[in-house]
Amino acid sequence: MARRILVFAEQREGRLRKSALEAAGLGRQLGGEVHALIVAEKAAPAAEQLAACGLARIHTVEDPRLALYWNEGYLAALDQAVETLQPDLVLLSATAMGRDLAAGLAARRGMPLMSSCISLREAEGSFEAVKSMYGGKVFATLRAVRTPAVATLRPGAFPAAPAADGRPSTEPLAVDLPAEVRARTVGLEKQAEGQIDVQEAEVVVSGGRGLKEPANFALVERLATVLGGAVGASRAAVDAGWIDHGHQVGQTGKTISPKLYIAVGISGAIQHLAGMRTAKCIVAINKDPDAPIFAAADYGLVGDLFKIVPRLAEEIEKAKS
Amino acid sequence: MKIAVCVKQVPSSEARVQLAADGKSVALADAEMVVNPYDEFAVEEALRIKEARGGGEVIVVSVGPESAQAEVRKCLAMGADRGIVVQDPALLGGDGLSTARILAAVLAELQPDLVLCGKLTIDVESDLVAVGLAELLGLPHAALVTHIEWTGERTLRARREIEGGREVVELGLPALISVEKGINEPRYASLKGIMAAKRKPIEVARPDLPAERVGPGAAGVRVVAVAPPPERTGGRKFAGEAEVIVSQVVELLRSEAKVL
Repeated sequence: MARRILVFAEQREGRLRKSALEAAGLGRQLGGEVHALIVAEKAAPAAEQLAACGLARIHTVEDPRLALYWNEGYLAALDQAVETLQPDLVLLSATAMGRDLAAGLAARRGMPLMSSCISLREAEGSFEAVKSMYGGKVFATLRAVRTPAVATLRPGAFPAAPAADGRPSTEPLAVDLPAEVRARTVGLEKQAEGQIDVQEAEVVVSGGRGLKEPANFALVERLATVLGGAVGASRAAVDAGWIDHGHQVGQTGKTISPKLYIAVGISGAIQHLAGMRTAKCIVAINKDPDAPIFAAADYGLVGDLFKIVPRLAEEIEKAKS
Repeated sequence: MKIAVCVKQVPSSEARVQLAADGKSVALADAEMVVNPYDEFAVEEALRIKEARGGGEVIVVSVGPESAQAEVRKCLAMGADRGIVVQDPALLGGDGLSTARILAAVLAELQPDLVLCGKLTIDVESDLVAVGLAELLGLPHAALVTHIEWTGERTLRARREIEGGREVVELGLPALISVEKGINEPRYASLKGIMAAKRKPIEVARPDLPAERVGPGAAGVRVVAVAPPPERTGGRKFAGEAEVIVSQVVELLRSEAKVL
Protein backbone atom coordinates (compact mmCIF):
# COMPACT_ATOMS: atom_id res chain seq x y z
CA MET A 1 0.00 0.00 0.00
CA ALA A 2 1.24 3.46 -0.84
CA ARG A 3 2.41 5.56 2.02
CA ARG A 4 -0.04 8.15 3.21
CA ILE A 5 0.89 11.41 4.93
CA LEU A 6 -1.53 13.78 6.61
CA VAL A 7 -0.50 17.43 6.87
CA PHE A 8 -2.31 19.53 9.45
CA ALA A 9 -2.46 22.79 7.48
CA GLU A 10 -2.55 25.45 10.14
CA GLN A 11 -4.55 28.59 9.50
CA ARG A 12 -5.32 31.55 11.67
CA GLU A 13 -8.16 33.95 10.88
CA GLY A 14 -8.63 32.19 7.56
CA ARG A 15 -5.04 32.65 6.44
CA LEU A 16 -2.82 29.66 5.87
CA ARG A 17 0.44 29.91 7.76
CA LYS A 18 3.68 29.84 5.83
CA SER A 19 4.82 26.90 7.95
CA ALA A 20 1.85 24.88 6.63
CA LEU A 21 3.38 25.14 3.15
CA GLU A 22 6.65 23.86 4.62
CA ALA A 23 4.87 20.84 6.08
CA ALA A 24 3.19 20.23 2.72
CA GLY A 25 6.61 20.52 1.05
CA LEU A 26 8.10 17.86 3.30
CA GLY A 27 5.10 15.62 2.71
CA ARG A 28 5.62 15.81 -1.03
CA GLN A 29 9.33 15.29 -0.74
CA LEU A 30 8.78 12.11 1.32
CA GLY A 31 6.47 10.88 -1.42
CA GLY A 32 3.28 8.87 -1.40
CA GLU A 33 -0.22 10.17 -1.06
CA VAL A 34 -0.22 13.51 0.74
CA HIS A 35 -3.47 14.69 2.30
CA ALA A 36 -4.07 17.96 4.08
CA LEU A 37 -6.53 18.83 6.83
CA ILE A 38 -7.82 22.36 7.34
CA VAL A 39 -9.75 23.05 10.52
CA ALA A 40 -11.40 26.47 10.49
CA GLU A 41 -14.62 28.43 10.65
CA LYS A 42 -14.36 28.78 6.86
CA ALA A 43 -11.69 26.69 5.15
CA ALA A 44 -11.99 28.00 1.59
CA PRO A 45 -9.32 30.76 1.70
CA ALA A 46 -6.70 28.43 3.19
CA ALA A 47 -7.72 25.61 0.83
CA GLU A 48 -7.25 27.97 -2.09
CA GLN A 49 -3.69 28.77 -0.97
CA LEU A 50 -2.93 25.10 -0.51
CA ALA A 51 -4.42 23.98 -3.83
CA ALA A 52 -1.26 24.63 -5.84
CA CYS A 53 0.95 22.48 -3.60
CA GLY A 54 0.54 19.20 -5.44
CA LEU A 55 -1.39 17.38 -2.72
CA ALA A 56 -3.67 14.38 -3.27
CA ARG A 57 -6.64 15.74 -1.34
CA ILE A 58 -7.68 18.51 1.02
CA HIS A 59 -10.08 17.69 3.83
CA THR A 60 -11.91 20.43 5.64
CA VAL A 61 -13.63 20.64 8.99
CA GLU A 62 -15.70 23.81 9.38
CA ASP A 63 -17.66 25.06 12.35
CA PRO A 64 -18.33 28.52 13.80
CA ARG A 65 -16.79 27.32 17.08
CA LEU A 66 -13.48 26.81 15.23
CA ALA A 67 -13.01 30.50 14.35
CA LEU A 68 -10.47 30.88 17.15
CA TYR A 69 -8.24 28.05 18.33
CA TRP A 70 -10.20 25.66 20.54
CA ASN A 71 -7.81 22.95 21.60
CA GLU A 72 -10.30 20.18 22.29
CA GLY A 73 -12.32 20.90 19.15
CA TYR A 74 -9.30 21.06 16.89
CA LEU A 75 -7.89 17.89 18.44
CA ALA A 76 -11.19 16.06 17.95
CA ALA A 77 -11.13 17.02 14.26
CA LEU A 78 -7.51 15.93 13.81
CA ASP A 79 -8.01 12.70 15.75
CA GLN A 80 -11.01 11.73 13.65
CA ALA A 81 -9.19 12.63 10.44
CA VAL A 82 -6.42 10.25 11.50
CA GLU A 83 -8.99 7.57 12.27
CA THR A 84 -10.64 7.98 8.87
CA LEU A 85 -7.54 8.40 6.71
CA GLN A 86 -5.16 6.06 8.55
CA PRO A 87 -1.98 7.96 7.62
CA ASP A 88 1.51 6.62 8.33
CA LEU A 89 2.73 10.05 9.35
CA VAL A 90 1.03 13.20 10.61
CA LEU A 91 2.93 16.45 10.05
CA LEU A 92 2.29 19.69 11.95
CA SER A 93 4.26 22.89 12.45
CA ALA A 94 6.09 23.40 15.73
CA THR A 95 3.94 26.43 16.48
CA ALA A 96 1.84 27.16 19.55
CA MET A 97 -1.09 25.42 17.83
CA GLY A 98 0.82 22.58 16.18
CA ARG A 99 2.73 21.65 19.31
CA ASP A 100 -0.47 21.61 21.35
CA LEU A 101 -2.27 19.34 18.90
CA ALA A 102 0.69 17.02 18.33
CA ALA A 103 1.11 16.34 22.04
CA GLY A 104 -2.62 15.76 22.48
CA LEU A 105 -2.82 13.46 19.47
CA ALA A 106 0.24 11.44 20.52
CA ALA A 107 -1.16 10.96 24.02
CA ARG A 108 -4.66 10.12 22.81
CA ARG A 109 -3.57 7.56 20.23
CA GLY A 110 -0.29 6.37 21.74
CA MET A 111 1.61 7.60 18.70
CA PRO A 112 5.36 8.31 18.74
CA LEU A 113 5.99 12.08 18.67
CA MET A 114 9.08 13.66 17.15
CA SER A 115 8.98 17.35 18.01
CA SER A 116 10.55 20.47 16.49
CA CYS A 117 12.27 18.48 13.74
CA ILE A 118 14.82 20.22 11.55
CA SER A 119 15.02 17.33 9.08
CA LEU A 120 12.98 14.18 8.58
CA ARG A 121 13.32 11.16 6.32
CA GLU A 122 12.12 7.63 5.83
CA ALA A 123 14.17 4.97 7.59
CA GLU A 124 13.63 1.23 7.82
CA GLY A 125 9.92 1.36 7.17
CA SER A 126 9.46 4.18 9.63
CA PHE A 127 10.69 7.74 10.02
CA GLU A 128 13.81 9.31 11.40
CA ALA A 129 14.18 12.97 12.34
CA VAL A 130 16.88 15.28 13.58
CA LYS A 131 16.08 17.74 16.31
CA SER A 132 18.05 19.91 18.66
CA MET A 133 18.16 18.99 22.33
CA TYR A 134 19.62 20.72 25.36
CA GLY A 135 18.72 24.02 23.76
CA GLY A 136 20.78 23.36 20.64
CA LYS A 137 23.89 21.96 22.31
CA VAL A 138 23.18 18.51 20.89
CA PHE A 139 21.60 17.36 17.64
CA ALA A 140 19.79 14.07 18.14
CA THR A 141 18.53 11.67 15.52
CA LEU A 142 15.24 10.16 16.67
CA ARG A 143 13.50 7.18 15.19
CA ALA A 144 9.81 6.45 15.50
CA VAL A 145 9.78 2.75 16.32
CA ARG A 146 6.31 2.30 14.92
CA THR A 147 3.87 4.02 12.64
CA PRO A 148 1.67 5.95 12.53
CA ALA A 149 3.92 8.63 13.94
CA VAL A 150 3.47 12.34 14.46
CA ALA A 151 6.05 15.07 13.91
CA THR A 152 6.18 18.82 14.42
CA LEU A 153 8.49 20.80 12.14
CA ARG A 154 10.51 23.80 13.21
CA PRO A 155 9.26 26.79 11.18
CA GLY A 156 11.80 27.87 8.59
CA ALA A 157 13.73 24.60 8.61
CA PHE A 158 11.99 23.10 5.55
CA PRO A 159 11.42 24.66 2.12
CA ALA A 160 7.84 25.51 1.20
CA ALA A 161 6.13 23.18 -1.27
CA PRO A 162 6.85 24.25 -4.84
CA ALA A 163 3.88 24.93 -7.09
CA ALA A 164 2.58 21.91 -8.96
CA ASP A 165 0.07 21.25 -11.70
CA GLY A 166 -3.28 19.74 -10.98
CA ARG A 167 -5.64 20.72 -8.24
CA PRO A 168 -6.60 18.37 -5.43
CA SER A 169 -10.23 17.84 -4.63
CA THR A 170 -11.44 19.54 -1.47
CA GLU A 171 -13.86 17.54 0.61
CA PRO A 172 -15.58 18.22 3.90
CA LEU A 173 -14.84 15.66 6.57
CA ALA A 174 -17.64 14.78 8.95
CA VAL A 175 -16.50 14.82 12.55
CA ASP A 176 -18.14 14.99 15.96
CA LEU A 177 -16.90 18.00 17.87
CA PRO A 178 -17.16 17.94 21.68
CA ALA A 179 -20.51 19.29 22.86
CA GLU A 180 -18.91 21.42 25.54
CA VAL A 181 -16.17 24.03 25.14
CA ARG A 182 -14.15 23.63 28.34
CA ALA A 183 -11.18 25.85 27.42
CA ARG A 184 -12.58 28.73 25.41
CA THR A 185 -10.45 31.21 23.51
CA VAL A 186 -12.19 34.52 24.06
CA GLY A 187 -9.79 36.82 22.29
CA LEU A 188 -6.49 37.54 20.61
CA GLU A 189 -4.09 40.23 21.70
CA LYS A 190 -1.92 40.94 18.70
CA GLN A 191 1.54 42.41 18.63
CA ALA A 192 1.76 45.95 17.36
CA GLU A 193 1.12 46.30 13.64
CA GLY A 194 4.18 45.54 11.55
CA GLN A 195 5.96 43.51 14.23
CA ILE A 196 7.22 40.19 12.99
CA ASP A 197 7.54 37.12 15.20
CA VAL A 198 11.11 36.02 15.94
CA GLN A 199 10.29 32.39 15.24
CA GLU A 200 8.98 33.01 11.76
CA ALA A 201 11.21 35.83 10.52
CA GLU A 202 13.83 35.38 7.80
CA VAL A 203 15.94 38.09 9.39
CA VAL A 204 16.37 38.58 13.13
CA VAL A 205 18.27 41.45 14.74
CA SER A 206 18.88 40.86 18.45
CA GLY A 207 20.04 43.20 21.17
CA GLY A 208 21.85 42.45 24.42
CA ARG A 209 23.32 44.16 27.43
CA GLY A 210 25.75 46.05 25.22
CA LEU A 211 22.84 48.37 24.38
CA LYS A 212 23.28 49.77 27.90
CA GLU A 213 19.66 50.85 28.33
CA PRO A 214 16.23 49.78 27.09
CA ALA A 215 15.66 52.93 25.02
CA ASN A 216 18.58 51.91 22.81
CA PHE A 217 16.57 48.96 21.50
CA ALA A 218 15.36 51.61 19.04
CA LEU A 219 18.66 51.09 17.16
CA VAL A 220 17.96 47.37 16.88
CA GLU A 221 14.36 48.02 15.83
CA ARG A 222 15.48 50.43 13.13
CA LEU A 223 17.92 47.89 11.67
CA ALA A 224 15.27 45.16 11.83
CA THR A 225 12.78 47.40 10.04
CA VAL A 226 15.23 48.17 7.26
CA LEU A 227 15.79 44.44 6.79
CA GLY A 228 12.10 43.57 7.10
CA GLY A 229 13.00 41.39 10.05
CA ALA A 230 12.09 40.74 13.66
CA VAL A 231 13.60 42.03 16.89
CA GLY A 232 15.24 39.46 19.14
CA ALA A 233 16.98 39.75 22.48
CA SER A 234 19.46 37.99 24.72
CA ARG A 235 18.38 36.51 28.03
CA ALA A 236 20.31 39.23 29.85
CA ALA A 237 18.26 41.93 28.13
CA VAL A 238 14.99 40.10 28.87
CA ASP A 239 15.89 39.40 32.50
CA ALA A 240 16.80 43.08 32.94
CA GLY A 241 13.24 43.87 31.89
CA TRP A 242 14.28 45.79 28.77
CA ILE A 243 12.09 43.79 26.41
CA ASP A 244 9.34 41.18 26.56
CA HIS A 245 10.28 37.49 26.85
CA GLY A 246 8.58 36.74 23.53
CA HIS A 247 11.69 38.20 21.88
CA GLN A 248 14.24 36.03 23.70
CA VAL A 249 16.54 33.88 21.60
CA GLY A 250 18.29 31.00 23.34
CA GLN A 251 17.69 27.95 25.47
CA THR A 252 14.88 29.42 27.58
CA GLY A 253 13.60 31.43 24.63
CA LYS A 254 13.24 30.67 20.95
CA THR A 255 15.49 28.38 18.95
CA ILE A 256 15.53 29.82 15.47
CA SER A 257 16.95 29.26 11.97
CA PRO A 258 16.66 32.58 10.11
CA LYS A 259 18.48 33.41 6.89
CA LEU A 260 20.32 36.27 8.56
CA TYR A 261 20.94 36.79 12.28
CA ILE A 262 22.53 39.97 13.59
CA ALA A 263 23.67 40.03 17.22
CA VAL A 264 24.09 43.53 18.62
CA GLY A 265 25.94 43.93 21.91
CA ILE A 266 25.50 40.26 22.78
CA SER A 267 28.54 38.48 24.24
CA GLY A 268 27.36 35.01 23.20
CA ALA A 269 26.64 32.90 26.28
CA ILE A 270 26.39 29.19 25.50
CA GLN A 271 22.61 29.21 26.00
CA HIS A 272 22.26 32.07 23.49
CA LEU A 273 24.47 30.43 20.86
CA ALA A 274 22.37 27.30 21.25
CA GLY A 275 19.31 29.21 20.11
CA MET A 276 20.68 30.78 16.92
CA ARG A 277 23.60 28.76 15.67
CA THR A 278 21.59 27.19 12.85
CA ALA A 279 21.03 30.60 11.25
CA LYS A 280 22.35 30.57 7.70
CA CYS A 281 24.41 33.73 8.15
CA ILE A 282 25.43 35.34 11.43
CA VAL A 283 26.72 38.87 11.92
CA ALA A 284 27.98 40.00 15.33
CA ILE A 285 28.67 43.51 16.55
CA ASN A 286 30.54 43.84 19.84
CA LYS A 287 33.21 46.05 21.30
CA ASP A 288 35.03 43.13 22.95
CA PRO A 289 37.17 41.37 20.30
CA ASP A 290 37.27 38.25 22.50
CA ALA A 291 33.48 37.93 22.91
CA PRO A 292 32.45 34.29 22.29
CA ILE A 293 29.80 35.45 19.81
CA PHE A 294 32.56 36.09 17.27
CA ALA A 295 33.46 32.39 17.16
CA ALA A 296 29.94 31.68 15.86
CA ALA A 297 29.70 34.66 13.51
CA ASP A 298 30.40 34.63 9.79
CA TYR A 299 31.11 38.34 9.93
CA GLY A 300 32.17 40.05 13.13
CA LEU A 301 32.36 43.79 13.52
CA VAL A 302 34.55 44.82 16.44
CA GLY A 303 33.74 48.29 17.65
CA ASP A 304 31.20 50.71 19.06
CA LEU A 305 27.72 49.47 18.28
CA PHE A 306 26.33 52.98 18.67
CA LYS A 307 28.37 53.98 15.62
CA ILE A 308 28.16 50.72 13.69
CA VAL A 309 24.44 49.90 13.93
CA PRO A 310 23.02 53.19 12.60
CA ARG A 311 25.61 53.11 9.81
CA LEU A 312 24.70 49.53 8.99
CA ALA A 313 21.00 50.44 8.77
CA GLU A 314 21.85 53.31 6.45
CA GLU A 315 24.08 51.25 4.15
CA ILE A 316 21.65 48.37 3.96
CA GLU A 317 18.82 50.73 3.15
CA LYS A 318 20.96 52.13 0.33
CA ALA A 319 21.96 48.68 -0.88
CA LYS A 320 18.32 47.60 -0.97
CA SER A 321 17.03 50.61 -2.89
CA MET B 1 -7.11 24.15 46.79
CA LYS B 2 -4.82 21.28 45.97
CA ILE B 3 -2.20 22.21 43.36
CA ALA B 4 0.14 19.62 41.83
CA VAL B 5 3.28 20.85 40.09
CA CYS B 6 5.28 18.53 37.83
CA VAL B 7 9.02 19.14 37.96
CA LYS B 8 12.05 17.56 36.38
CA GLN B 9 15.73 17.55 37.21
CA VAL B 10 17.74 18.83 34.22
CA PRO B 11 21.28 20.08 33.55
CA SER B 12 21.52 23.85 33.94
CA SER B 13 21.34 25.98 30.81
CA GLU B 14 24.96 27.01 31.42
CA ALA B 15 26.15 23.39 31.54
CA ARG B 16 28.34 22.03 28.78
CA VAL B 17 26.77 18.87 27.44
CA GLN B 18 29.20 16.10 26.49
CA LEU B 19 28.36 13.29 24.12
CA ALA B 20 28.62 9.82 25.64
CA ALA B 21 30.85 7.13 24.16
CA ASP B 22 27.87 5.13 22.86
CA GLY B 23 27.04 7.93 20.41
CA LYS B 24 23.38 7.79 21.45
CA SER B 25 23.28 9.66 24.72
CA VAL B 26 24.88 12.50 26.60
CA ALA B 27 27.18 12.40 29.60
CA LEU B 28 25.90 14.60 32.39
CA ALA B 29 28.16 13.46 35.23
CA ASP B 30 29.79 16.86 35.72
CA ALA B 31 26.84 19.04 34.80
CA GLU B 32 25.21 21.18 37.45
CA MET B 33 21.64 19.93 37.87
CA VAL B 34 18.73 22.27 38.45
CA VAL B 35 14.95 22.32 38.51
CA ASN B 36 13.84 22.71 34.89
CA PRO B 37 13.47 26.51 34.62
CA TYR B 38 9.93 26.36 33.25
CA ASP B 39 8.91 24.03 36.09
CA GLU B 40 10.36 26.54 38.53
CA PHE B 41 7.97 29.14 37.12
CA ALA B 42 5.16 26.63 37.70
CA VAL B 43 6.20 26.11 41.34
CA GLU B 44 6.34 29.86 41.90
CA GLU B 45 2.89 30.33 40.36
CA ALA B 46 1.47 27.58 42.59
CA LEU B 47 2.93 29.23 45.69
CA ARG B 48 1.50 32.61 44.69
CA ILE B 49 -1.96 31.09 44.20
CA LYS B 50 -1.78 29.43 47.61
CA GLU B 51 -0.58 32.64 49.26
CA ALA B 52 -3.24 34.77 47.59
CA ARG B 53 -5.93 32.42 48.89
CA GLY B 54 -4.43 32.09 52.31
CA GLY B 55 -4.43 28.31 52.15
CA GLY B 56 -4.24 25.15 50.14
CA GLU B 57 -1.57 22.60 49.40
CA VAL B 58 1.23 22.58 46.83
CA ILE B 59 2.50 19.12 45.93
CA VAL B 60 5.57 18.67 43.76
CA VAL B 61 5.63 15.54 41.60
CA SER B 62 8.75 14.32 39.83
CA VAL B 63 9.77 11.36 37.69
CA GLY B 64 13.49 10.70 37.60
CA PRO B 65 16.47 9.04 39.22
CA GLU B 66 16.88 9.05 43.00
CA SER B 67 19.19 12.07 42.71
CA ALA B 68 16.21 14.09 41.46
CA GLN B 69 14.96 14.24 45.03
CA ALA B 70 17.46 17.08 45.45
CA GLU B 71 15.43 19.15 42.95
CA VAL B 72 12.16 18.27 44.68
CA ARG B 73 13.76 19.41 47.95
CA LYS B 74 14.63 22.75 46.29
CA CYS B 75 10.95 23.23 45.47
CA LEU B 76 10.02 22.39 49.06
CA ALA B 77 12.54 25.01 50.18
CA MET B 78 10.76 27.55 47.98
CA GLY B 79 7.61 26.75 49.95
CA ALA B 80 5.89 23.69 48.45
CA ASP B 81 4.32 21.45 51.07
CA ARG B 82 5.34 17.96 50.04
CA GLY B 83 6.83 15.90 47.27
CA ILE B 84 6.03 12.71 45.42
CA VAL B 85 8.73 11.02 43.36
CA VAL B 86 8.70 8.08 41.01
CA GLN B 87 12.20 6.64 40.78
CA ASP B 88 11.71 2.96 39.97
CA PRO B 89 14.41 2.25 37.33
CA ALA B 90 12.03 -0.11 35.51
CA LEU B 91 9.71 2.83 34.81
CA LEU B 92 12.38 5.35 33.79
CA GLY B 93 14.15 5.77 30.48
CA GLY B 94 11.07 5.85 28.28
CA ASP B 95 9.96 8.68 26.02
CA GLY B 96 7.79 11.70 26.76
CA LEU B 97 4.59 9.68 26.47
CA SER B 98 5.92 7.23 29.03
CA THR B 99 6.62 10.08 31.47
CA ALA B 100 3.16 11.51 30.88
CA ARG B 101 1.60 8.12 31.66
CA ILE B 102 3.56 7.81 34.91
CA LEU B 103 2.56 11.31 35.99
CA ALA B 104 -1.03 10.61 35.01
CA ALA B 105 -1.08 7.53 37.23
CA VAL B 106 0.20 9.54 40.22
CA LEU B 107 -2.11 12.49 39.60
CA ALA B 108 -5.19 10.35 39.04
CA GLU B 109 -4.78 9.22 42.62
CA LEU B 110 -3.95 12.68 43.95
CA GLN B 111 -6.99 14.37 42.32
CA PRO B 112 -5.61 17.94 42.36
CA ASP B 113 -7.78 20.94 41.51
CA LEU B 114 -5.02 22.41 39.37
CA VAL B 115 -2.00 20.87 37.67
CA LEU B 116 0.84 23.20 36.74
CA CYS B 117 3.68 22.15 34.43
CA GLY B 118 6.56 23.89 32.70
CA LYS B 119 5.88 24.21 28.97
CA LEU B 120 8.92 22.05 28.11
CA THR B 121 11.99 20.55 29.72
CA ILE B 122 15.21 22.09 28.50
CA ASP B 123 17.01 18.75 28.29
CA VAL B 124 15.39 16.42 25.74
CA GLU B 125 12.60 18.85 24.79
CA SER B 126 10.12 16.10 23.98
CA ASP B 127 7.30 18.67 24.04
CA LEU B 128 4.72 16.04 24.92
CA VAL B 129 4.42 15.78 28.68
CA ALA B 130 2.38 18.82 29.75
CA VAL B 131 -0.35 18.74 27.11
CA GLY B 132 -0.20 14.94 26.86
CA LEU B 133 -0.81 14.74 30.59
CA ALA B 134 -3.92 16.93 30.29
CA GLU B 135 -5.18 14.60 27.59
CA LEU B 136 -4.51 11.45 29.65
CA LEU B 137 -6.22 12.97 32.69
CA GLY B 138 -9.14 14.26 30.63
CA LEU B 139 -8.53 17.80 31.89
CA PRO B 140 -9.07 21.01 29.95
CA HIS B 141 -5.82 22.85 29.50
CA ALA B 142 -4.05 25.96 28.32
CA ALA B 143 -0.40 25.74 27.27
CA LEU B 144 2.40 28.33 27.04
CA VAL B 145 0.70 30.55 29.59
CA THR B 146 2.35 33.82 30.62
CA HIS B 147 -0.43 35.21 32.79
CA ILE B 148 -3.21 33.78 34.96
CA GLU B 149 -6.06 35.95 36.14
CA TRP B 150 -8.60 34.42 38.53
CA THR B 151 -12.12 35.37 37.53
CA GLY B 152 -13.74 33.34 40.30
CA GLU B 153 -12.96 30.76 42.98
CA ARG B 154 -12.60 28.04 40.33
CA THR B 155 -12.47 29.91 37.04
CA LEU B 156 -9.52 31.58 35.39
CA ARG B 157 -8.47 33.53 32.35
CA ALA B 158 -5.09 32.55 30.92
CA ARG B 159 -2.99 34.43 28.40
CA ARG B 160 -0.92 32.11 26.26
CA GLU B 161 1.91 33.10 24.01
CA ILE B 162 1.35 32.39 20.32
CA GLU B 163 3.17 33.58 17.20
CA GLY B 164 2.61 37.29 16.88
CA GLY B 165 0.58 37.79 20.02
CA ARG B 166 -1.37 36.24 22.86
CA GLU B 167 -4.47 34.11 23.03
CA VAL B 168 -6.88 34.68 25.91
CA VAL B 169 -8.39 31.41 27.13
CA GLU B 170 -11.03 30.91 29.82
CA LEU B 171 -11.36 27.68 31.72
CA GLY B 172 -12.57 26.22 34.97
CA LEU B 173 -11.05 23.81 37.47
CA PRO B 174 -9.97 21.09 37.49
CA ALA B 175 -7.53 22.03 34.74
CA LEU B 176 -3.92 21.84 33.64
CA ILE B 177 -1.84 24.89 32.79
CA SER B 178 1.61 24.78 31.21
CA VAL B 179 3.61 27.90 31.87
CA GLU B 180 5.98 29.91 29.73
CA LYS B 181 8.78 32.21 30.84
CA GLY B 182 7.47 35.65 31.73
CA ILE B 183 4.67 34.46 34.01
CA ASN B 184 6.60 35.37 37.17
CA GLU B 185 10.01 35.74 38.74
CA PRO B 186 10.70 32.68 40.90
CA ARG B 187 11.77 33.41 44.48
CA TYR B 188 15.00 32.26 46.01
CA ALA B 189 14.61 29.83 48.87
CA SER B 190 15.20 31.52 52.21
CA LEU B 191 17.44 29.96 54.83
CA LYS B 192 14.32 29.31 56.88
CA GLY B 193 12.73 27.67 53.85
CA ILE B 194 15.76 25.46 53.32
CA MET B 195 15.70 24.36 56.96
CA ALA B 196 11.95 23.73 56.86
CA ALA B 197 12.28 21.70 53.65
CA LYS B 198 14.45 19.14 55.43
CA ARG B 199 11.44 18.10 57.49
CA LYS B 200 8.91 18.09 54.67
CA PRO B 201 7.87 14.67 53.42
CA ILE B 202 8.90 13.20 50.05
CA GLU B 203 6.94 10.09 49.26
CA VAL B 204 8.25 7.47 46.84
CA ALA B 205 5.32 6.35 44.69
CA ARG B 206 5.30 3.09 42.77
CA PRO B 207 2.49 3.29 40.25
CA ASP B 208 1.57 -0.10 38.91
CA LEU B 209 2.05 0.28 35.17
CA PRO B 210 2.75 -2.50 32.69
CA ALA B 211 6.09 -2.53 30.83
CA GLU B 212 4.31 -2.27 27.49
CA ARG B 213 2.98 1.16 28.55
CA VAL B 214 5.99 2.78 30.20
CA GLY B 215 9.77 2.56 30.38
CA PRO B 216 12.40 1.95 27.71
CA GLY B 217 10.62 -1.02 26.15
CA ALA B 218 7.49 1.01 25.52
CA ALA B 219 9.22 4.01 23.96
CA GLY B 220 7.73 4.97 20.62
CA VAL B 221 10.67 7.23 19.93
CA ARG B 222 14.26 6.16 20.32
CA VAL B 223 17.41 8.23 20.06
CA VAL B 224 19.60 6.50 17.47
CA ALA B 225 22.43 9.04 17.37
CA VAL B 226 23.58 12.25 18.98
CA ALA B 227 26.02 14.69 17.48
CA PRO B 228 27.45 18.06 18.33
CA PRO B 229 25.74 20.93 16.55
CA PRO B 230 27.22 21.75 13.16
CA GLU B 231 30.40 23.76 13.68
CA ARG B 232 30.39 27.27 12.39
CA THR B 233 33.57 28.23 10.61
CA GLY B 234 35.01 31.04 8.57
CA GLY B 235 34.37 33.71 11.15
CA ARG B 236 36.00 36.86 9.82
CA LYS B 237 36.48 39.83 12.09
CA PHE B 238 36.57 43.42 10.98
CA ALA B 239 37.96 46.21 13.13
CA GLY B 240 38.58 49.86 12.37
CA GLU B 241 36.54 52.87 11.36
CA ALA B 242 32.80 52.17 11.54
CA GLU B 243 32.14 53.48 8.00
CA VAL B 244 34.86 51.33 6.49
CA ILE B 245 34.02 48.03 8.17
CA VAL B 246 30.29 48.50 7.67
CA SER B 247 30.82 49.01 3.93
CA GLN B 248 32.99 45.91 3.74
CA VAL B 249 30.47 43.73 5.57
CA VAL B 250 27.44 45.04 3.66
CA GLU B 251 29.25 44.23 0.42
CA LEU B 252 29.99 40.69 1.65
CA LEU B 253 26.42 40.19 2.82
CA ARG B 254 25.32 41.06 -0.69
CA SER B 255 27.89 39.36 -2.87
CA GLU B 256 29.17 36.46 -0.75
CA ALA B 257 26.44 35.50 1.72
CA LYS B 258 23.69 36.69 -0.64
CA VAL B 259 21.33 37.57 2.17
CA LEU B 260 20.50 41.14 1.22
